[in-house]
Amino acid sequence: MSKIDSKIPDGVLDQKWSKFKSSIPLVNPANKRSLEIIVVGSGLAGSSAAATLAEMGYKVKVFCFQDSPRRAHSIAAQGGINAAKNYQNDGDSVHRLFYDTIKGGDYRAREANVHRLAEVSGSIIDQCVAQGVPLAREYGGMLSNRSFGGTQVQRTFYAAGQTGQQLLLGAYSGLQRQVGLGTVEMFSRHEMLEVVTIDGKARGIIARNLITGKLERHFGHAVLLCTGGYGNVFYLSTNAMGSNVTAAWKAHKKGAFFGNPCYTQIHPTCIPVSGDHQSKLTLMSESLRNDGRIWVPKKMEDVTAIREGKKKAVDIAEDDRDYYLERRYPAFGNLVPRDVASRAAKERCDAGFGINKTGEAVYLDFASNMKYKYGKQEALVKGIQNPTEEQLHALGKEVVKEKYGNLFDMYKQITGEDPYEMPMMIYPAVHYTMGGIWVDYNLMTTVPGLYALGEANFSDHGANRLGASALMQGLADGYFVIPYTIGAYLSNEIRTKAIPTSHEAFDVAEKEVQQRIDKFFAIKGTKSVDFFHKKLGKIMWDKCGMARNDAGLKKAIEDIRQLQKDFWNDVRVPGEANEFNPELEKAGRVADFIELGELMCIDALNRVESCGGHFREESAEVGGDQDGEAKRNDNDFMYVAAWEYKAPNTFELHKEELKYEVIKISQRSYK
Amino acid sequence: MSGNMNLTLKVWRQKNAEKKGELVTYPVSNISPDMSFLEMFDVLNEQLITENKEPVAFDHDCREGICGMCSMHINGRAHGPKDAVTTCQLHMRSFSDGDTIVVEPWRAAAFPVIKDLVVDRSAFDRIISKGGYISVNTGNAQDANNLPIPKIDADKSFEAAACIGCGACVATCKNGSAMLFVSAKVSQLALLPQGQAEAKQRVISMVNQMDEEGFGSCTNTGACEVECPKGISLENIARLNREFTLASILEEK
Ligand SMILES: Cc1cc2nc3c(=O)[nH]c(=O)nc-3n(C[C@H](O)[C@H](O)[C@H](O)COP(=O)(O)OP(=O)(O)OC[C@H]3O[C@@H](n4cnc5c(N)ncnc54)[C@H](O)[C@@H]3O)c2cc1C
Ligand code: SF4
Ligand code: FES
Repeated sequence: MSKIDSKIPDGVLDQKWSKFKSSIPLVNPANKRSLEIIVVGSGLAGSSAAATLAEMGYKVKVFCFQDSPRRAHSIAAQGGINAAKNYQNDGDSVHRLFYDTIKGGDYRAREANVHRLAEVSGSIIDQCVAQGVPLAREYGGMLSNRSFGGTQVQRTFYAAGQTGQQLLLGAYSGLQRQVGLGTVEMFSRHEMLEVVTIDGKARGIIARNLITGKLERHFGHAVLLCTGGYGNVFYLSTNAMGSNVTAAWKAHKKGAFFGNPCYTQIHPTCIPVSGDHQSKLTLMSESLRNDGRIWVPKKMEDVTAIREGKKKAVDIAEDDRDYYLERRYPAFGNLVPRDVASRAAKERCDAGFGINKTGEAVYLDFASNMKYKYGKQEALVKGIQNPTEEQLHALGKEVVKEKYGNLFDMYKQITGEDPYEMPMMIYPAVHYTMGGIWVDYNLMTTVPGLYALGEANFSDHGANRLGASALMQGLADGYFVIPYTIGAYLSNEIRTKAIPTSHEAFDVAEKEVQQRIDKFFAIKGTKSVDFFHKKLGKIMWDKCGMARNDAGLKKAIEDIRQLQKDFWNDVRVPGEANEFNPELEKAGRVADFIELGELMCIDALNRVESCGGHFREESAEVGGDQDGEAKRNDNDFMYVAAWEYKAPNTFELHKEELKYEVIKISQRSYK
Repeated sequence: MSGNMNLTLKVWRQKNAEKKGELVTYPVSNISPDMSFLEMFDVLNEQLITENKEPVAFDHDCREGICGMCSMHINGRAHGPKDAVTTCQLHMRSFSDGDTIVVEPWRAAAFPVIKDLVVDRSAFDRIISKGGYISVNTGNAQDANNLPIPKIDADKSFEAAACIGCGACVATCKNGSAMLFVSAKVSQLALLPQGQAEAKQRVISMVNQMDEEGFGSCTNTGACEVECPKGISLENIARLNREFTLASILEEK
């Protein structure tokens, strides 16, 4: 028998959640006050969960490593959040959002979870607007929508290019309200470094106060990990510098299975790498693909001329441009899902058509929509007859500025080039991790009482996440799922008194953390933490990035094991333990990334099929109109890979079969 | 690929809140104009680690101008010489080969130094917890489109809500006032119909908390608006003052 039970409720798909919700045992208000919940992470998932649970009456403690909960990485999300509101009357529905998400995820997500997500999506928008989140509006005062990849309806709500910021500030305000009311105790600049389990249940954490360096013990009847994704295993990614896997990895080593670690999202539109000094990559939101057309020159001589600075994008005649997404995928064009768009960019660049010096960049061009869509519209509105090309450009520019101003500014800051005048140069970069801690329908991990929410869990997005769906999932988990499902567990805990942190389980856990910190300082090696992080990133990008193969992955595993040895022999961690010490923080995170990197490669090696963001070169379509496209193998791989940690460098695979009762699986075609 | 700029940095070093700090001089070389200011600091820190010295502690996270964590006072200006950018968005092309650059932490009574360039801005969170929200529990909300909001109001509210809580306004103000920050939040909510129910209490308790935290008073110097990386306008302070006066009068009744 499998060790994992997804606990998906019985019944027909579209009634599972409502029926289940009404059958979950309740915890009465008096008991809630004596139940303590630890929430690690203050992003969309953590803040929304903490605020809601506190409103319900639980005692909540929240932890984050930044100096304020408002700075969690969710703040950086740009483009938007999906919801099946059908305000545009374009045929959207809960079922369509559900269907798009399952298909977008290349049939590797659970039907029941995704349906629930689509069901609660509308309430998220209601909640955010009620909190005063200023989402974009039309002149009539109604909410505005835009399109994102992988869909043919307009269901994405947004606030310019700062949607994550506005949503997080909304959730943060809810959280701070509870802090003010004394129901939430906030621990900023604290890093969780261990999960404490007692009799097999999660009962607390060990956290390091990042200012004083002191280790602290905190008890909870339940622990929620809302600690975000692990894209930084690649060193360069669009994630914030501090984003890390440590909390999830500690949980993994304490018994939480890790789901689909190899599913990584490489986002097609990011600013290309400019040099060795690069510390992170910057996303240019997918929403830009609403109005930008992606192309490279058709002729190699034009490519060469551009690289040598003899020609510019505007010098290339319309007929000499290869709008390769529109050519290959006429039905979705520039709005194909991310994995498809990224691979197509790589294909062109590998074929030699990359337009910058490194050969790793393609154009994202706004000129035609700026002039002929918005420019013409504005000219009509303003009554300008026979506008010149320049007038059209100027009129359209104002519209584009309003839609994407902050992104264009950001691009200019970083590259020194003006995207209103020249097309952007973009290239795919690591962006999001669909993999994460395995959770059941209740969002509980394989450790009782330990939950994972938001990007930290593996649920909902299958092998590829659609744009604007991470914000939706984080807030769904926090506002509308966990507040119910946690009741199933806590209703059996009302007799458990708070366990004093003098309990020996806390002693043991704290000692483990202390020993590791001591070990870092004892190495006194010669290389900085970043040195090893960059090496790891390169191995992962080259061998476990956009395209993967058997030989490469085997080599990567070997290389990572060697890197792990080198790290533990030669890393230099300056300063002391009992003080503010960013290098020590980084050392702990990179040590965990190295271990995770190995598991990602093991998982990628095991999955001898291509699905979503996971592209195995051995598994591609040959011939016909799908030539070169990813080829799934549903017979052998229609399962979630849930990995159990056994011993250092040793993991055991458990399979959760995926059953599709409603959706008819087929090849994912965007042609 | 590295560049060819050579610079002299004078950086504030302070072991912790209790110890005294001082400016220490470090040369850095081979800096590329494409590096961000923080990437230049990465180079410095890598150099210090190699020399077995302690790297400089500084706050940063997103490195794309949105989290509000980075906070360096560069050559006498919060976030450096360019307008409308954060430290992480400042690129070395804004400097010249041979420059001497002085880097200090935010200086304000309400932002004590933690270490080197890192300060404690938790006062901002405490101000928000005194009213920077709309009291609506999860599940209370009506359908989002039941409440049409004129685009103009929504846009203005959004502009105020764009504040990233970096604290440059405080650091740049000779009085160490937090009025721009507080007024941005008060304005965001005051401009929306949802925010009306609690408007009176909100402005009074947020302003009280601001005073309690030791921020100075606003004497309308306007320096904050100039240094704000997100273009938060002084209009917001005027709005806060109106809201505050109104609320105080009503409270007296
Ligand atoms: C540049 C960018 C743009 C994006 N744009 C979009 C978009 O337009 N639409 C969309 O849907 N999605 C978008 N995404 C994805 C989305 O933003 C994230 O998936 C989502 O915000 C993650 O939220 P979260 O709450 O799970 O985690 P996060 O917001 O990453 O929060 C993690 C929290 O955990 C804390 N933490 C982590 N480890 C520890 C530890 N050990 N101890 C204590 N605290 C810890 C952190 O302090 C932080 O508070 C974007 C992502 C990026 C990188
Ligand atoms: S008002 Fe401007 S300077 Fe002040 S905290 Fe907000 S963004 Fe920073
Ligand atoms: S590091 Fe986030 S704003 Fe500068």
